[in-house]
Amino acid sequence: MLNVSSISAGYSGVPALTDVSLHINSGEIVTIVGSNGAGKSTIARTISGLVKPTSGTITFNGERIDQLPPHEIVARGLVHVPEGRHVFSKLTVTENLRLGAYTTDSETEIERRLERVYELFPILKERARQTAGSMSGGQQQMLALGRGLMADPKLLILDEPSLGLMPKLVEELFDAIRAISKTGVTILLIEQRVLEALELCHRGYVLQNGRIVTEGTGAELMDSEMVRKAYLGM
Amino acid sequence: MYLQLTVGGLLLGCVYGLVAMGLSLIYGVMGIVNFAHGAFVMLAMYASFWLNRFLGLDPVLSSPLIALLMFGFGVLMYHAVIGKVLEGPFLARLLVTFGLSIFLINSAQFLWSPDYRMVENPMFRGIIMLGPVFIERPKLVASIGSLIVAGLIYWFVRKTKTGLAIQAISLDRMAASLMGINIERLNGYAFGLGCACAGAAGAFLAEFYYIFPDVGTMFGLVALVAVALGGFGSTEGALIGAILIGIIETVGGFIVGSEFKYALVFLAYLVIVILRPRGLMGWGAD
Repeated sequence: MLNVSSISAGYSGVPALTDVSLHINSGEIVTIVGSNGAGKSTIARTISGLVKPTSGTITFNGERIDQLPPHEIVARGLVHVPEGRHVFSKLTVTENLRLGAYTTDSETEIERRLERVYELFPILKERARQTAGSMSGGQQQMLALGRGLMADPKLLILDEPSLGLMPKLVEELFDAIRAISKTGVTILLIEQRVLEALELCHRGYVLQNGRIVTEGTGAELMDSEMVRKAYLGM
Repeated sequence: MYLQLTVGGLLLGCVYGLVAMGLSLIYGVMGIVNFAHGAFVMLAMYASFWLNRFLGLDPVLSSPLIALLMFGFGVLMYHAVIGKVLEGPFLARLLVTFGLSIFLINSAQFLWSPDYRMVENPMFRGIIMLGPVFIERPKLVASIGSLIVAGLIYWFVRKTKTGLAIQAISLDRMAASLMGINIERLNGYAFGLGCACAGAAGAFLAEFYYIFPDVGTMFGLVALVAVALGGFGSTEGALIGAILIGIIETVGGFIVGSEFKYALVFLAYLVIVILRPRGLMGWGAD
């Protein structure tokens, strides 16, 4: 579904990614783990078009997307929920969700998606008329996720969704990701919580200093000496 | 007497408010201080004047048309000039509208000479008495018209999908682009809307005000003060700020002498910028 082929990218000349290749098959949950500053977010930002790669190609369902602006990538069903939630704090929960469905004009379709999101996150229905900024961090994360779903994604990129959440909420969040995956959405999960992410995913990649150093199924990576030493502290 | 002055200030403030609202909208969405805003008011005044001269259209009646023309002009200006420097260095962003302003004012001088002109036989003239207060009819029409246009713009930004997208850009540009919003196109619309505000205000002003190439400068500056007063990025704040300025200008001008009225306005500006840099209800792009 998504094919990232030896991309390099950076910010104002400073390289953040070097020769990164990865692929995601339809229906999978794929995770990218790695420590802070390894370039995980840059991968997400490059796929969604916020950062243009300096070399390499990205194809989505067979079509090259690496030179497209973000809004055209979203229109193709590739949706990025950024790190740090980035909800529109002064707008209400409903307005945030409706903006998530910006690429569609059909009111019945928007209503259908709203129902689906409210089913997954009932709290958002309760807080529908509240401003996003007045909600707790966990609720804002639910909103960011729900807003991403409003675009009816084929592939959903989640960048550090568990950042700053209490352990109990992290569990809820991972349950929600599992539930989203069951509805047929392909997921690329970028996480610092290596253990939870590897348990959840089908396959994973380990990123260090902007390079993919190893890849495998979740179970394989959890067994790998390198991952256990570097990220699981075992 | 003070009641009379306050009413006069209120009427003037409403027109300032419309100009300021456009300025605030542009700043909130793309972080650009539009120093050419006054020049846009001037262009709209000339457009009204020529429409009146050649087609006999009264400026008040032609105001929707002028607003529409200025919307188109704004979209064009955005894509031809403003958008090109938006990602550029800070100084370029700061100076581009300043340069545009000088260009437009001097073009007007070249094309239409520095002569003062006035619309002949405006539809609204004379005064009406409201209790003890005299109200000049063209100013009343201008202020009501300005409030209507301001209300329409406010409704558009708050209640329509495009308006919501414009708000989203002003709150978080990156997140907005991840929603599938075409930032460039919406920036163009926002700039156009801001110009339409200046355009409608210019048409209302043309009904009773002298028209000359530099006429917009003071309106642009006063709008800037109003926006600073209300808070950059807050459209309601800009409107309220502008009404306050209208009152400061007329009432204060009466007390200290009308040749010093703008000194008072800018003194108010300085005090606000020092005491409350974010304005009365400010937010928006940093």
